[in-house]
Amino acid sequence: MSDKGKAIFVLVIFLAVAAFPFLYNRAASSASPKIELNTPVIDAMRVKQCILPKEKMRHDHMQLLNRWRDEVVRDGQREFGEIDGVKYEKSLQKTCLHCHSNKAEFCDRCHTYASVSVYCWDCHLAPKENKP
Amino acid sequence: MKVMLPLIGVVGIIVIAIVGVELMGLHYLFGVIIPYAAFIVFVVGIVMKVLKWGKSAVPFCIPTTSGQQRSLPWIKQSRFDNPSNNFEVVVRMALEVFLFRSLFKNTRSTLKGDEGRIVHGSSKWLWIAGIAFHYSFLTVVLRHLRLFYEPVPSVLHLVESLDGFMQIGVPVLYMSGLVLLGAATYLFIRRVYIPQVRYITLPNDNFPLMLIIAIALTGILMRYIAKVDIISVKDLLVGLLTLKPAVSSGIGPIFYVHIFLVSVFLAYFPFSKLMHSAGVLLSPTRNMANNSRMIRHINPWNYPVKLHTYEEYEEDFRDKMIQAGIPVEKE
Repeated sequence: MSDKGKAIFVLVIFLAVAAFPFLYNRAASSASPKIELNTPVIDAMRVKQCILPKEKMRHDHMQLLNRWRDEVVRDGQREFGEIDGVKYEKSLQKTCLHCHSNKAEFCDRCHTYASVSVYCWDCHLAPKENKP
Repeated sequence: MKVMLPLIGVVGIIVIAIVGVELMGLHYLFGVIIPYAAFIVFVVGIVMKVLKWGKSAVPFCIPTTSGQQRSLPWIKQSRFDNPSNNFEVVVRMALEVFLFRSLFKNTRSTLKGDEGRIVHGSSKWLWIAGIAFHYSFLTVVLRHLRLFYEPVPSVLHLVESLDGFMQIGVPVLYMSGLVLLGAATYLFIRRVYIPQVRYITLPNDNFPLMLIIAIALTGILMRYIAKVDIISVKDLLVGLLTLKPAVSSGIGPIFYVHIFLVSVFLAYFPFSKLMHSAGVLLSPTRNMANNSRMIRHINPWNYPVKLHTYEEYEEDFRDKMIQAGIPVEKE
């Protein structure tokens, strides 16, 4: 006697698990999401720049927002600073979403792709977007 | 040696990845070729090993049992400790695979009092650490699937939201990462700290633990501190799974360290103690019913025994037996 049947059972399960990701992704396109930066407010800017450099924002925007929330809610510090004569407030809705008014094309594309569920909108109102 | 050898190995792997990517720019090698090669070794290695086990003889009915065997109707059988049919074997095996039942029965013997009385006490630490380790590892693997699947199946969102339930910090702290690191560290310290365990520990017991600790550490670093561009990472991984690999150099070096450690882990898997994952299902001491009194177990090694029955004997000597007055069955 041998364990032939049991070995085949183990192999079928193992190969099914190993092959599943390849089969599941057959139809997937590996085209990564492109975020849309052209909103009316940004288009009207003479110098197109964010409050922090692009790389910094890409890596740390969630920590920045978290810190802002704590500073505003707990300490009442609302001022972020002044860049090129423009004062910026620590505010998701008044600062970030003022320029990036396109949540669907700016926030959601990457978050959906990387399966990140943010809890910003548990409290904040998601912006009403003007659909063309 | 037991600690230094695997430590040198793991540090060496990390150094190779850093040198290869940072100094020599071998992004394609570390991002595409090595992961593919490791995956092939992983799959082919496991298939070969399981086939080999499947072909091996099971000469004896040797389930390890720890309860009352099926016997007379008025004696209560311990069904899942001493299974007598396949259903009971499946239940026993499921309890073993999902709950580590045999580890739960772990005991520890100590000498008590002046006269040195020996006492056997229950010892659950190994079981707790083992189960925490395996289930957090499973959760971590499931969480990682978000970077492989496009679109992401919604069940994975559930895993993520449960794992990050505490909503500590941003990015949200995943409990499984901490539990995995803590449990693996405990299992390693146990091997160093307890003299009896240290005595039977081999370098290849410590290597997988250190490898997993290193994988967990680089992963945690990557998520919370030394950020990498997660969109490029997902592009690479989806590319690998759709067989259209494309590597971008924008991903930080720590990602390549992480993926090289994982590649080594996968390639090492079929040749190591990690094969207990398949081995537990193919252990004759666990996957057999204790039914040797009901069903005859044929040993494949038995050579064909040459028989000479009494009928044949009588056939050969009937005349002489009748002459000598010995009674015969057939006249």
